[in-house]
Amino acid sequence: MASVGVASAGQYNYDVVRKFTILALIWGAVGMLVGVIIASELAWPVINMDLPWITFGRLRPVHTGAVIFGFGGCALFATSYYVVQRTCGVRLLSDGMASFTFWGYQLCIVLAALGDVLGFSQGREYAEMEWPTDLLIAVVWVTYAIVFIGTVFKRKQPHIYVANWFYMAFILAVALLHIFNNLAVPVSLTKSYPVFSGAQDAMVQWWYGHNAVGFFLTAAFLGMMYYFVPKQAGRPIYSYRLSIVHFWALIFMYMWAGPHHLHWTALPDWVSTMGATFSIMLLMPSWGGMINGIMTMSGAWDKLRTDPILRFLIVSLSFYGMSTFEGPMMSLKDVNALSHYTDWTVGHVHSGALGFVAMLTFGSLYHLVPKLWDTGKMYSTKLITVHFWLATIGTLLYITAMWISGIMQGLMWRAYDDFGNLQYSFAETVAAMHPYFAMRALGGVFFLTGMVLMVYNVFMTIGQAKSAPASGNLAANAA
Amino acid sequence: MEWLMWFTKFENTKPLSLLLFLISFCAILWYVFGSKKRSDRLESYKNMPFHED
Repeated sequence: MASVGVASAGQYNYDVVRKFTILALIWGAVGMLVGVIIASELAWPVINMDLPWITFGRLRPVHTGAVIFGFGGCALFATSYYVVQRTCGVRLLSDGMASFTFWGYQLCIVLAALGDVLGFSQGREYAEMEWPTDLLIAVVWVTYAIVFIGTVFKRKQPHIYVANWFYMAFILAVALLHIFNNLAVPVSLTKSYPVFSGAQDAMVQWWYGHNAVGFFLTAAFLGMMYYFVPKQAGRPIYSYRLSIVHFWALIFMYMWAGPHHLHWTALPDWVSTMGATFSIMLLMPSWGGMINGIMTMSGAWDKLRTDPILRFLIVSLSFYGMSTFEGPMMSLKDVNALSHYTDWTVGHVHSGALGFVAMLTFGSLYHLVPKLWDTGKMYSTKLITVHFWLATIGTLLYITAMWISGIMQGLMWRAYDDFGNLQYSFAETVAAMHPYFAMRALGGVFFLTGMVLMVYNVFMTIGQAKSAPASGNLAANAA
Repeated sequence: MEWLMWFTKFENTKPLSLLLFLISFCAILWYVFGSKKRSDRLESYKNMPFHED
């Protein structure tokens, strides 16, 4: 292919990538800690201590905000800024604007968390922030789009690598989703009313909500996958042509799938059917991407025995395949009649969030950190292996608990006695789920422990870099 | 403007959209897999992450 020589590492802006990487880890640990707290609150409500600021209702959006936008978002900023520079062979468009996206984005996450804890909320899923924070997010996001797309425009390479296509789709789609979902009339600094109402408002919320999953938590992380899996495996992606079909099919189909969140509601039936139809079709591009990533290992499977980073990446793709099979199945109206409003949905989300998104991020950041701080490799490979098993066991505990709990919950809700009355009261279903709430919290503790080990491992790696700066290839002092 | 009313009927727009999407999908497949020379060029891009090293 025609390619142009790339710039040396010193010509890239790694400063902003390093900052986002560190904050991704910090937000990850904080968000997962809050996740364990709220999971424990559900199992043992006494933990609430009757304090309104730490009740489940307020801490739950703190958890989702910190892990999705804090951990996931910072990891996406870090990797997208890294990948676009490396594959375009140029420095970011503007260091100042990139730095603004870092500080602005952190301010958004802090403001969002404070708003949640203090009880200021729009009550919109994954978009609880009130209008002043929403405006700041819009400014930061548009700046991000300018920096990223501007960097692509000034590239030295003639072709735009597929990872950058996925990142661009994510940036543009999230801008669109954020702005339309948050159209509101402010009545004070901390209160506004949405311009939509009724079923339309519900549809807009789930058009946003599902595409937050589709573009923030899927398309962007597939961009990450298309760069870091080949790099860590030391082999190019299995099929570049498949990646092109994967990209166009995925971004086209995701936009229509949102209505499956509103089956059996006031939403028109044809919209509901359309959402289910597109959800079923999504299986094809989803599995196309999963197979493309996993087949990259073809002929080099032995590397999984010795490389825990690669293990993270490949297992993440396995979870991706599993959850993108489960999702379309749950979008079927008859399956949804059982699964909707139950813990099954919570388990499904976490099989994607923990199994795919978080594991892929762990693998990518373990690959990235030694390069950013020029240490050659991580401080401890053993700790990465321990982290891998903690994360895998934690995820499995979590989703297994939620499968059992959710399906049981759905079946109990629909059970009738011989006289046609509901067989179980709501309180009885909650009591039956208690053991699985505890099991879920335990899974969370496993996952959080792995995250804490990663933070330690990364900071020790950075410490090595500081003690011997610019060595180029520091030997790790721990296996 | 009466002709715009044609688009308000599902029995018209459903087959139309099906046709448009199918043609788009086939066009993408043809672009990606239709020519040996183009296929080779597209596949060569898979090595981009390694050129930086």
